[in-house]
Amino acid sequence: MSAVIDAPAPAAGAPEPQVRDRADVRRQVKLVVVLAIVLAVEIWFKLNIDDPSVSHLLKGPRTKENLPVEFDGTLVSWTAVVVSAVALVLAILNRYPRGWVGILVSTLVGIGFYSAFLMWAYADPDGFAASITNPIPGTISLATPLVLGALAGVLCERAGVVNIAIEGQFIAGAFFGSVFSSFAVASIAAIPLFWCSIFGLLGGIVAGVGMAALLGVFALRYHVDQVVVGVVLVAFGYGITSFLLGQIPDDNEEMFNQPELLESVEIPGLSDIPYIGHALFGQNLLVYFMYVAAPLVWWLLFQTRWGLRVRSVGEHPKAADTVGINVNRVRWQAVLLGGVFAGLGGAVFTLDIGSFDKEMTAGTGFIALAAVIMGRWHPIMAALAAVLFGFLRTLENQLSILDEKVPGELLAALPYIATIIAVAGFAGRVRPPAADGQPYVKSD
Amino acid sequence: MTEPAREMSPQPETLMPEPTGTDRDWAKWLPTVRDTVIAVILALLVGAVLIILSDEQVIESLDALFSNPGSFFVYAGDVLRYSGEAVWDAYTALLRGAFGSGPAWERTLERSAPLICAGLGVALAFRAGLFNIGAQGQMLVAALAAGYVGFNYDLPPFIHLLAAIAAALVAGALWGGLVGLLKARSGAHEVITTIMLNQVGRFTVLFFLAREAFQRPGSDNLLSPIVDSDAQYPTIAGLHLGILVALLAAVAVWWLLVRSKLGFELRAVGANPDAARTAGMSVSKVYIAAMAIAGLLAGLAATMTVLGLRQGVTDQVVGSVGFDAITVALLGRATPFGTVLAGLLFGALSAGGLGMQTAAGVPPELIQVVQALIVLFVAAPALIRGLTRIRRRRAQAEAQEVAA
Repeated sequence: MSAVIDAPAPAAGAPEPQVRDRADVRRQVKLVVVLAIVLAVEIWFKLNIDDPSVSHLLKGPRTKENLPVEFDGTLVSWTAVVVSAVALVLAILNRYPRGWVGILVSTLVGIGFYSAFLMWAYADPDGFAASITNPIPGTISLATPLVLGALAGVLCERAGVVNIAIEGQFIAGAFFGSVFSSFAVASIAAIPLFWCSIFGLLGGIVAGVGMAALLGVFALRYHVDQVVVGVVLVAFGYGITSFLLGQIPDDNEEMFNQPELLESVEIPGLSDIPYIGHALFGQNLLVYFMYVAAPLVWWLLFQTRWGLRVRSVGEHPKAADTVGINVNRVRWQAVLLGGVFAGLGGAVFTLDIGSFDKEMTAGTGFIALAAVIMGRWHPIMAALAAVLFGFLRTLENQLSILDEKVPGELLAALPYIATIIAVAGFAGRVRPPAADGQPYVKSD
Repeated sequence: MTEPAREMSPQPETLMPEPTGTDRDWAKWLPTVRDTVIAVILALLVGAVLIILSDEQVIESLDALFSNPGSFFVYAGDVLRYSGEAVWDAYTALLRGAFGSGPAWERTLERSAPLICAGLGVALAFRAGLFNIGAQGQMLVAALAAGYVGFNYDLPPFIHLLAAIAAALVAGALWGGLVGLLKARSGAHEVITTIMLNQVGRFTVLFFLAREAFQRPGSDNLLSPIVDSDAQYPTIAGLHLGILVALLAAVAVWWLLVRSKLGFELRAVGANPDAARTAGMSVSKVYIAAMAIAGLLAGLAATMTVLGLRQGVTDQVVGSVGFDAITVALLGRATPFGTVLAGLLFGALSAGGLGMQTAAGVPPELIQVVQALIVLFVAAPALIRGLTRIRRRRAQAEAQEVAA
């Protein structure tokens, strides 16, 4: 009996021959090649440094009390080399960790490469000796609209509605945020200034939801191709905001285009943490909202019944319909909620920076869309991808002063090249929600 | 007999209908033409509302109306009169700017030519199921290449022009083909790669413009010298022949799509990549070819500006043609002939918009809004009609069942 049921046991001591599928082999090859290149470049960086002393201003901007701290960059460079070498060895032995540990290791390698690059770029200055500045404030500031836009995209697309119009929602949110805020300052005398900027946020939300409603009407009710609607809404958004901007009479600027900027609110204990405290916890409300938004959307999508309905509608609307879910109503809800996030993301541009300018969002909405796809339509991953983009753009800003060593245009193009490499090399064939882009028509 | 089946289920593809074997069924296209005309009228109506709301005299008379509600009809008459004047002035200026004189016609055709070419590129990619937002980047690198050949080398007259055009075509084809290659080899979504390559293209152009070899002597700006006169498009009465080239390109694209093997494979892949693969077609090859040809057409569009309008190369030289080409292709239902008509329409609107701005003081962004609205209205009524036809057909079928 047992001979019939039991599978033949492997011979004692001899391991089963491992059959590896091609995707696994390809992954290992990619890892080895990339890590080898990283290691080689880091070593080249180190060998090209004549005088390794650099200075940093990581505590904050330069003031009389906060002077650049000089230090020897050699240790940092060699540490980076060691980290990359260890990772390379792991990859060669096919022991490179997977899952969250793998991501952690990759991040460490990335940080190491970044540090080695900084040591090389800031050493041996030709003229003015620049100091390494803290990238965190810039990253947070640039990442806020990207994260909010990416979350909007995730919400819409998880419900099955392709949202190319994030850029249009941004520009509308920026414009109306500015208008509402300025209007509140100029016309409503009794409100303290703080609430005027909140009123501006309301303007951003209204604009974002308005654009989302347009997307919904044409995509969900009239079944227009959603990509078409997205492109058209972006063009429409640009045109209408530029047009309305031109309509503001010059002498009436302060009524409509001088928004009260959002104040920074320091969080008492946390903002005193050295190096990162002020940067992370001395920001304005929208930034704090961004911190909360990503886990909030994750919770909504994956821990609530509503989120389950949204996801089912995006994957298999027919099955959802059979169970009794009103497919289009759920899609509307997701699209409008996404509009709130996108509108707030747009408001960041004017309520954090200043008055509205023609086409001021300059394609940020499309970067947010790229973050959605890079994050594989998962709210947390998309938010992280958005933060990465913000970091790369900050890097470009910071390094633009080092024009002799690295051409400015190359740095500017770096985030975009990095995205292409990421999407083509590592994200692989991403799988959007199965019913993404298909309007649902009840049929019997 | 596949038409009724297609109309039964309103699909996104109704915007881009499959060409049947023969394109000589003109009557088949009449509903589409009618829908487009209605859409244009609707969009112009919304534009009129915007014009009215932005006209100073109308606003003043509205002010007067609200402060004197007693004599409503007196002031209402004023409001109506000023509104009518504003719209009339604006739209006659639009027509005059586009068609009113020799120079106006020139401007219209000059602006249409690049729109047609780039629109053909986007349309071709649509047909293969690819969304090519990358026309902007493709045009920029092609402009750089054409400009470089144009001002850096010295070749006999006609050869110079051909060489410059060839450089642009190659540059555009490479930039576009890269997207196709990435999609074919790694499944990278073309929406992302094209957007990214647009920006990379812009920075590439800026990079080269900063180099000595590309600088205009006597100027520190990022502006290249104007190309040699040998390399410029020949002109007739001030209008360069780019428009003819654009029309020829449209014919070539039509031939490619309808009469060639590659075109058939392209359409098959666009309709259903899995079925095409099962039928033995190489989807990878089609993706690469489609994007390369799309890039080539974008490159052709770039030559119109650099070699036709005698401008130097900057990072703004192609303007917003890359993005407008998408709306042109959508309006033209992704067919060659439709794209030509749509390109002419948008070129006219663009030229007329300039006239509207100078003669009637209407901001040029209005044209952008009107163009976007046209495409939107074009897509919507077609499907509303489709839906009503379903209801009517189902009602008919039910009536027949009851009668039987």
